[in-house]
Amino acid sequence: MRTYILSSGLAAWVAAAPAAALAQDPSTAPEPGADFIQTLFVFMLATFIGMGVISRVSRLLHTPLMSLTNAISAIAVVGSIVITGLDHPSYITLLGAIALFASMTNLVSGFLITDRMLKMFKPRRGGK
Amino acid sequence: MRLALIQIAYLLATALFVFALHWMNDPRTARRGVISGVVAMFMAVAGTMIEPGIIHWGWIALALVLGFAAGVPLSRVPLTAVPQRTALSHAFGGLAAGLVGTAEYYLWLQQSVEKLTAFRTAAIIAEIILGYLTFTGSLMAAGKLQEIRWIPQRPVTYPLQNASNLSLLGIAIVCGIALIFHPVALAFLFPVIIALALAFGILFVIPIGGADMPTVISLLNSYAGLSAVAMGFVLDNKLLVTAGALDGSSGLILSIIMCRAMNRSFTNVLFGAFGQVQAKASSAEGKTVKSETPEGAAQMMEQSSLVVVIPGYGMAVAQAQHRVRELYDQLTKRGVDVRFAIHPVAGRMPGHMNVLLAEAEIPYDKLVEMDDINHDMPQADVALVIGANDVVNPAARHDPSSPIFGMPIIDADKARLCYAIKRTMNPGFAGIENELYYAAQTFMLFGDAKAIVGDLVKSLSAHGNTH
Repeated sequence: MRTYILSSGLAAWVAAAPAAALAQDPSTAPEPGADFIQTLFVFMLATFIGMGVISRVSRLLHTPLMSLTNAISAIAVVGSIVITGLDHPSYITLLGAIALFASMTNLVSGFLITDRMLKMFKPRRGGK
Repeated sequence: MRLALIQIAYLLATALFVFALHWMNDPRTARRGVISGVVAMFMAVAGTMIEPGIIHWGWIALALVLGFAAGVPLSRVPLTAVPQRTALSHAFGGLAAGLVGTAEYYLWLQQSVEKLTAFRTAAIIAEIILGYLTFTGSLMAAGKLQEIRWIPQRPVTYPLQNASNLSLLGIAIVCGIALIFHPVALAFLFPVIIALALAFGILFVIPIGGADMPTVISLLNSYAGLSAVAMGFVLDNKLLVTAGALDGSSGLILSIIMCRAMNRSFTNVLFGAFGQVQAKASSAEGKTVKSETPEGAAQMMEQSSLVVVIPGYGMAVAQAQHRVRELYDQLTKRGVDVRFAIHPVAGRMPGHMNVLLAEAEIPYDKLVEMDDINHDMPQADVALVIGANDVVNPAARHDPSSPIFGMPIIDADKARLCYAIKRTMNPGFAGIENELYYAAQTFMLFGDAKAIVGDLVKSLSAHGNTH
């Protein structure tokens, strides 16, 4: 199991590394769409990993799973921060700020409620 | 250097997200998953903050503080309201994706048209269509679940519904394709696509009823994740792509599990408007039901060795889970083995019953999945059905004319005795007669689930005291 995770994680890493390197090196002028193909690789591998990991999640925990993935997809904060923060016309900043508010709400409520629910799952207490 | 640091932060965050989900495979390690997710998110945000060129710190801080302030109360809702909170959260996720896509498009349109390559424009179109339809669709779903007055609970159907819905989506996609080829000249199409996506979101959830909510919520979960993926393509950010893909695949797997548990296909759930179709006269004419008093049922349960409780959405509506816990205590104290049979689609979202029973402090090893409990049903002395209906209807096994034929069910009818708690004899959500109630070994306990279970507990404890 652990090897499975590690090896598939490694695979995504191997795919991501050249893309990251490419993004940093301004001297290479990639042909249009090259970035997209790289990202498509990452997307495909991440989806496979997601399928593998999620299908092993205990059925008991499907509700907390959904709130945890809500929180994880609040990763949109990253995109929203960039839009809000950079020097753009003010209406763009405003759109970004609303998006940032929405994803931050998801982030906070997602993690908090997941933990609150998981705390309730207890095995049989000791004794009878 | 700084860019490399950001990428490394993103890389570690991706790994931690995978571990977070991996640890959800067991309730004992699940909380570790939350910690791992929080650390990952912290690294991602910290990494983004050191991005060069960020100047509007005031706006960022304001949005973060307001988001935090709104998020905390949303995490404290009662557990019966978790489905609508989840739907609301999908709506926010979709909104964020839609707004970021909109902002990027207009930014590039005005400042650097050369960046609107075909690939990137296609990604923006995917992002806004998915984002905005998830936004309105999830708001509708949340409204239905919260039972807001002006949102119809029952499925709303009208002639040519599917055709008109799909053509809306089709027009949006055609506009999108046109925009990919002429991202500047046809800029006026952009708001049209937004409007169509918003409208489609509303219209595609309107015909869907309560019992199909677990599937729809899972599907919207998937869309919310995929809109984050599209955002990642637009911003060329791999962390958004990986995290979004994890969310998207999670939603997809849950939807598949839900569909299988109802023996229905995606298309059937989305286009089949359950609940209005069955005008078929009830075949129950002439059959009689037997009712039992809580005292009598309590006495039988007390003498059992295995009692299987089958909870459904009715238990959540009546808020009966804490009474159920008292019943569990009373019976366990007398040496009765009490187990809970959980159907995958019981409730309004995947895993809903488990969370409610865990809240009532019922140990999770007593919550048994459908396939496992069905092995034990013939040995059960009593099956106690609390607010469940279609998931225990034996017609699903043997009556090909039944709308739920083929749906896997919990075999409550195989227990030696069956007690069903029900308000009235009105058929359940799907409008289907449940022949379980007319079976020889079934006795009805008519009334509110919370009150009836309370009565069961009362007569058990009174009985206990006389010994």
